[in-house]
Amino acid sequence: MCLAVPLEIVRIEGEMGVVESGGIRRPVNLSLVESPKVGDYAIVHAGFAITIMDRREAERTLALIAEYLEAAEGESK
Amino acid sequence: MDRVSLSVGSGGKAMRDFIRGEILKHLGNSHLERLGDSAHLELNGRIGFTTDSFVIKPLFFPGGDIGKLAVVGTVNDLVVAGIEPAYISLSLIIEEGFAVSDLERILKSLKMTADRAGVEVVTGDTKVVRKGEADGLYINTAGVGRVVGEPGRLEPGDVIIVTGSVGDHSVAVMVARGEFEFEGEVESDCQPLHELLPVWDLGAKWMRDITRGGLATVLSEIAEGEGVSVYLEETKVPISAPVAAVSEILGIDPLYLASEGKAVLAAPKEKAAEILSFLKSRDAAREAARIGEIGGMGRPGETVLRTVSGGFRLLEPLTGELLPRIC
Amino acid sequence: MDASALRDERTVRSLVSEISGFLSRLGRETKLMEVCGTHTMTAYRSGLGRLLRRRGLRLISGPGCPVCVTPDGIMSAAATLVGHTRNLLLASFGDMLKVPTSAGSLLEVIPAEGSRVTSVYSPQEVIGLARANPAKEVVFLAAGFETTSPSIAWVVREARRQALGNLSFLVSLRIVPPPLRAILSTNAHGLDGFVYPGHVSVIIGSEAYRFIPEEFGLPGAISGFEPADLLLGIISVLRQIEQGEPKVDIAYPRAVKPEGNRIAMGLIEEVFEVADAEWRGFGTIPKSGLRLRDAALDAACRFGLDLASSWENEGCRCGEILRGAAEPEDCPLFMTACNPDTPLGPCMVSIEGSCLIHCKYGAVEWIE
Repeated sequence: MCLAVPLEIVRIEGEMGVVESGGIRRPVNLSLVESPKVGDYAIVHAGFAITIMDRREAERTLALIAEYLEAAEGESK
Repeated sequence: MDRVSLSVGSGGKAMRDFIRGEILKHLGNSHLERLGDSAHLELNGRIGFTTDSFVIKPLFFPGGDIGKLAVVGTVNDLVVAGIEPAYISLSLIIEEGFAVSDLERILKSLKMTADRAGVEVVTGDTKVVRKGEADGLYINTAGVGRVVGEPGRLEPGDVIIVTGSVGDHSVAVMVARGEFEFEGEVESDCQPLHELLPVWDLGAKWMRDITRGGLATVLSEIAEGEGVSVYLEETKVPISAPVAAVSEILGIDPLYLASEGKAVLAAPKEKAAEILSFLKSRDAAREAARIGEIGGMGRPGETVLRTVSGGFRLLEPLTGELLPRIC
Repeated sequence: MDASALRDERTVRSLVSEISGFLSRLGRETKLMEVCGTHTMTAYRSGLGRLLRRRGLRLISGPGCPVCVTPDGIMSAAATLVGHTRNLLLASFGDMLKVPTSAGSLLEVIPAEGSRVTSVYSPQEVIGLARANPAKEVVFLAAGFETTSPSIAWVVREARRQALGNLSFLVSLRIVPPPLRAILSTNAHGLDGFVYPGHVSVIIGSEAYRFIPEEFGLPGAISGFEPADLLLGIISVLRQIEQGEPKVDIAYPRAVKPEGNRIAMGLIEEVFEVADAEWRGFGTIPKSGLRLRDAALDAACRFGLDLASSWENEGCRCGEILRGAAEPEDCPLFMTACNPDTPLGPCMVSIEGSCLIHCKYGAVEWIE
């Protein structure tokens, strides 16, 4: 029930918008998030955006993972 | 006439006119034109026989409709049992008031699919029920054909191949119904698999079409039914972008979503490469992929999935889910 | 962001090897509670749960399945309501409709004349239902945690704005931190730390768990739901254990901020007030639920519902499972009388229920 997935905002009309992933679109309620923009990734739960994904933090997490990966694979060589 | 009326099902002249005017017009062939009670057919050797009913909602969906689906479902049930489809029957159960134009569209599509798959509709029946006693249109079919391939005994080491991406039919129908307010250009994979019949000559031992319950259910049924273990690699299973997206959003597993034009088969290891390259040469199976094997891991009756993350879990047949009418 | 980088085997293997390092240095079995059912699902669906267990890390499922913790009183009242009230539409999330009650599940109960039960994906759909059926009463059976409460609050406010006189709410909204306190105050489990729910935390932020390191000395991390996210959360908790510095770490910073979502919290505050609430398996927990400020929109008031029932199928151990005191396999009904086709308890109903997860993503104990 706390399932929520990042979906790209492709349209905004007032409180409502449209999100898309893999060619599938559905309406989204944007009233819980501050100044959403087209192109943002909304984390959507039960039809409501509960937050906008922070891209810088997402990149940091990926970089962190890459570090672990390098460390582990360096060890096994 | 714009709408199907009860009198059409009465058995009298109105019915005869309706069948000639609205049904034979689209499906006509020498067998049907006789309007006999039964068809006389030529089939030499062992024959295979199957039947299926179709109650899908909506009747029209991107990539198909109930007419196409009726032929596809019956043809594929024959093909995966090693039978070359030859003849099918067609029973229509129509709700009073059903639009004749819709019926025409459905019958045209049915005929086109039958021609494509090389089968003839040779006998049929039409019933009309009162408004509210059926939901638009139901179709029942039966199909017969010559046996051209015999399933063999599965053994450890046999390779499992899927003929293409899974789950496309489920997602297309979901979108067509406007469920969860999804929108998108997603087509059902509804297609006849008659052109895959040569896999039997190439050494296939076992084949099933993937419909309700999805790939996971088919594989767990084979594991239980044949008393073997099945090993499946999640990363190898082809899944289209819309199916992946819908699965993520709803938190469901695409391995349980239905297809209507995909099959999974098993073959001895040494025959697998040839079968795979044959499949990839056919329009109906361009995305064929080797996805697992019989045995290797697990106990008889179990289906083991190696997940994308490298963990393992058992796949169970589909249970306890609310399934919409998708076939 | 490409989710495949957060799932693939190489990534997972490197993170698991990091975890193995911590565990071997700790030199003992370590028990973490993953509070959220969606984490349980990630762990089992990816096969990680078993992988970690073999390396000495036990993940214990907590009370984080809203369907499971909704008390029978509310479920039975809903079933009675739709069975006895004419011209009533009862809407809820799909899994709620399958929970057994003494009168059968909401899908099994025979609605009174002109009434019916319907499932929704988004709470917003009930606005449309109420508008399209002006001659009927529409009742939304609203279950969920902080992730869902703001959406429900939005719908309540919208119902008022549109003056929808035929829409009311049977509310079973719960707050996550209080049951954690309830679990810790007995600490029968010997827990070493927590993996906190990522999406509840999107709303409430990290401060809400601060009492756990401060009062109970236990570490924890807020984690996302991809396999790598869960593993990063676990690494954070293990590092805190090793360094002896328990805190509330945010291991899901692309979604969670320390202050949470202020708009959402404001909306919850505007529409609801905090109240004592009953949880299946726990009994009443102080200040653990939400109550509508506007009683006129409360279906329990509007229809005079009796919420006192506490029926459950005999032998069902869902209560203990929700407290983390038993595992599904400990229940004598698991996979015998109680299975996904004929669930006897809510944990076998919800896609986030431990029993259904254990059964669907079955154990592979013999591998390796």
